[in-house]
Amino acid sequence: MQLSREALLNAYRAMKTIREFEERLHVEIQTGEIAGFTHLYCGQEAVAVGVCAHLGTQDRIVSTHRGHGHCLAKGCDVEGMMKEIWGSREGLCKGKGGSMHIADADKGMLGANGIVGAGAPIAVGAALASRADGPGPDGLNVAIAFSGDGACNQGTTFEAMNLAVVTQAPCIFVFENNHYSEHTGFSYAVGTAQDIASRAQAFGMKAWRADGTDFFAVHDTMREVLAHVRAGGGPVAVEFDTERFFGHFEGDPQRYRGPGELDRIRAERDCLKRFRAAVTAAGLLDHAEIDTLDTEVLDAIEAAVAAARAAARPTAEDVLADVYISY
Amino acid sequence: MTKMMYRDAVLSTIMEEMARDPDVVVLGEDVVGGMGTAGGPEAIGGIWSTSTGLYDRFGPTRVIDTPISESAIIGAAAGLALSGKRPVAELMFADFIGVCLDQLWNQIAKFRYMFGGKTRCPAVIRMAYGAGFNAAAQHSQSVHQILTGMPGLKVVMPATPADVKGLLRTAIRDDDPVIFLEHKALYATSGEVPDDPDFMIPFGHARLTRAGGDVTIVSTGLLLGMCEAAADRLAAEGIGCDVIDLRTTSPLDEEAILDSVEVTGRLIVVDEAPPRCGLAADLRALVAEKAFSSLKAPPLQVTPPHTPIPFARELESAYLPSIDKIEDAVRRVLAWR
Repeated sequence: MQLSREALLNAYRAMKTIREFEERLHVEIQTGEIAGFTHLYCGQEAVAVGVCAHLGTQDRIVSTHRGHGHCLAKGCDVEGMMKEIWGSREGLCKGKGGSMHIADADKGMLGANGIVGAGAPIAVGAALASRADGPGPDGLNVAIAFSGDGACNQGTTFEAMNLAVVTQAPCIFVFENNHYSEHTGFSYAVGTAQDIASRAQAFGMKAWRADGTDFFAVHDTMREVLAHVRAGGGPVAVEFDTERFFGHFEGDPQRYRGPGELDRIRAERDCLKRFRAAVTAAGLLDHAEIDTLDTEVLDAIEAAVAAARAAARPTAEDVLADVYISY
Repeated sequence: MTKMMYRDAVLSTIMEEMARDPDVVVLGEDVVGGMGTAGGPEAIGGIWSTSTGLYDRFGPTRVIDTPISESAIIGAAAGLALSGKRPVAELMFADFIGVCLDQLWNQIAKFRYMFGGKTRCPAVIRMAYGAGFNAAAQHSQSVHQILTGMPGLKVVMPATPADVKGLLRTAIRDDDPVIFLEHKALYATSGEVPDDPDFMIPFGHARLTRAGGDVTIVSTGLLLGMCEAAADRLAAEGIGCDVIDLRTTSPLDEEAILDSVEVTGRLIVVDEAPPRCGLAADLRALVAEKAFSSLKAPPLQVTPPHTPIPFARELESAYLPSIDKIEDAVRRVLAWR
């Protein structure tokens, strides 16, 4: 199915926003202004955007420690996120969560998560809530568990996949295989013939694989996947082969990378370059309008950083707030 | 008032709250029981008989029988709660928190704080705890010591059927995550329970079950009965004990303890968890700091020793607090000069 011009522009803007958000953080973190641990999503944008383009607010997602892309793609506010990463009390989580714990339940974003593999069971719970509510006019609301190739080795992920199959929960396990779990190669750490999808199939669910650096492959795959799950077909898994342009965390010297690897993946596997090449070659968008979007996105990121720098800092009294609703 | 067993107070409260609020859902291992067997659903009805009949009445989308997957159970409860439901999850034995601690400790307990107060996680996690069945080291433990120390969780330990009713209803209607600890040895005990369909007991309000004035004894759950028995025995000699049932360890009713100790000057904490870094140590530190000038003797604790829970009858009896041990502690604080 051909996407409308508006949908193409929205997809590009969303991917570019994630890209520039992360590229800017990569620079800012080196100044020491941002505290804590940060894991950048750069390189994987087509997955977050290609998946979330199909979702409404009532569809819920659970993310990972590398969660900025999922948050942005699900509609979290750019400035609110930047303020959160800067640790401001005006941040999306009032400076209590930081990079690894951004959530916005009103947007159906149930949280980035600092614990690898913790998200999948939570997504099954969200899917069971949708199952209990029953289908709307467009079918069931779904829950998405974003996991990396690292989380695919956690027992929690196995338990979640089995529980989802047993209960036929409308849950989609999206595995973003960026080939590295922290600093360890996928070919070493995943025992099933370098394949996550077949592992998911072994739990009794349908599974797909697609190129996660090709927005259109992601988008088309997810259209098929969502039709299946919304119609009550039960849980499924999708493995997207993708690339991580930065290290596991900011500051990671990445000594595990091969010679020229980063240059090669930036040149050949950049989802934004591939998107631009595809839409201009097909005459769907032209370079000038994409360049305009680039400028708009860069301006928005600049404004978000300026706002984050100027935003109010939390106070010592804020430490005590929001542990409980009532106590 | 209706006389009922502790376990029936659990079941009837869940049943009433499910009937009242369609967002209340139940999940856990064998909460239906018999799924996928010749005997069919409800062949078991929960191993503690605390979910019998729920599946027949409310169906599979609200009564979710799970595989043996504790992390997935607690994680799913978290996801349900974040998505607007009020899950009541059963962890068959409290000891199994070892399998799913991340979901309790790093997830459910922390969502609200980490996410800046913008989420609500009204999950109730029920667990059967406690010794007395010679079930040995992995099926007998009291885990409130571990969970009470986790900011973000509320921890409830009812001692009577009436308290089960009032506290479980409060737990299910509460908007924060609540750990609800049911002592295995209390399931078959009976008591009068109020019939009011909105009977609730607020958290953080301890109950004075004996008023004596010479010694303060603080306890929870099964051991409360032993404390009362010791107090009754000593009363015959003219020794008066205040016996306090905490009901909840988080929030903690500090005032009830301090008010009593300010009169008695003597505190004994009776707890079923191991002695180190636990409730008993915590409460003794509390009175040392906030009621120091009232103290007439060092605060004591009656707890098991720093060992795993043994199997054999003689060993488990020696391990656990008893009426005799409590009585001995009372005599020791009274004799201290």
